[in-house]
Amino acid sequence: MAMYLSAFIVGGLICVIGQLLMDKAKLTPGHTLTALVVIGAILDGVGLYEPLIDFAGAGATVPITSFGNSLVHGAMAEGEQNGIVGVITGIFEVTSAGISSAIIFSFLAALIFKPKG
Amino acid sequence: MKKATQQTDQQRIYQEFAKKREPSPSIWKNCLKAFIFGGLICVIGQGLQNFFIYYFDFNEKTAGDPTVAVLIFIAVLLTGFGVYDKIAQFAGAGTAVPVTGFANAMASAAIDHRTEGYVLGVGGNMFKLAGPVIVFGTTAAFIIALIKTIWIQWGG
Repeated sequence: MAMYLSAFIVGGLICVIGQLLMDKAKLTPGHTLTALVVIGAILDGVGLYEPLIDFAGAGATVPITSFGNSLVHGAMAEGEQNGIVGVITGIFEVTSAGISSAIIFSFLAALIFKPKG
Repeated sequence: MKKATQQTDQQRIYQEFAKKREPSPSIWKNCLKAFIFGGLICVIGQGLQNFFIYYFDFNEKTAGDPTVAVLIFIAVLLTGFGVYDKIAQFAGAGTAVPVTGFANAMASAAIDHRTEGYVLGVGGNMFKLAGPVIVFGTTAAFIIALIKTIWIQWGG
């Protein structure tokens, strides 16, 4: 039960950071999401994102920041085994589920649904 | 000429005045909405994650993948029915920052451009909004992982 609470608070706070980037820094949603992904990648680079996932669970894995974290994670896992070539081959290893499901479901949705308005 | 500059001066003063008055309450409100909706989506994600841990053979590390896939599926479905964009208008970053917002950006671009054909319309526009996230995320991750890998190999 405590996990749900920390997921709610941490996930909510990451969204508040996104909202502040849009409202205060006047970034477009595209710039905001891009900034958050890069922040997530940097946080994993310095080893701070993994503890956040341990603490908040889905509160840290559901926001888009975890996409940056997963990219670095996949690249590092292969990089440790195969060196610099592994960094390139492993970069999409962990994020495959997210990217491929987004592509497949979006394409199927375009087949089924008609644009609104 | 003189009149015009005077007017813009006045406009500038008014705009500064309006700026001071207007945004502060709406920013608080927006942040609260983003906090609640973003938090709720993460709670749903946590519920899904626990479901995959208890009923399937996933552990805490691997349960994230199917959770993200299910959330994306739900978001795409809601986008297709036009529900997600209605919630997003209210929730702001609360629905944009979670991975569901990423799926929403892709699905709405794909659906909106289907009249231009499946190859150039759907295929070409699907990444119009989601593309920057992947490009910059991948490049940043590459640089970070490269530095870390070289660091580890030379240091240890």
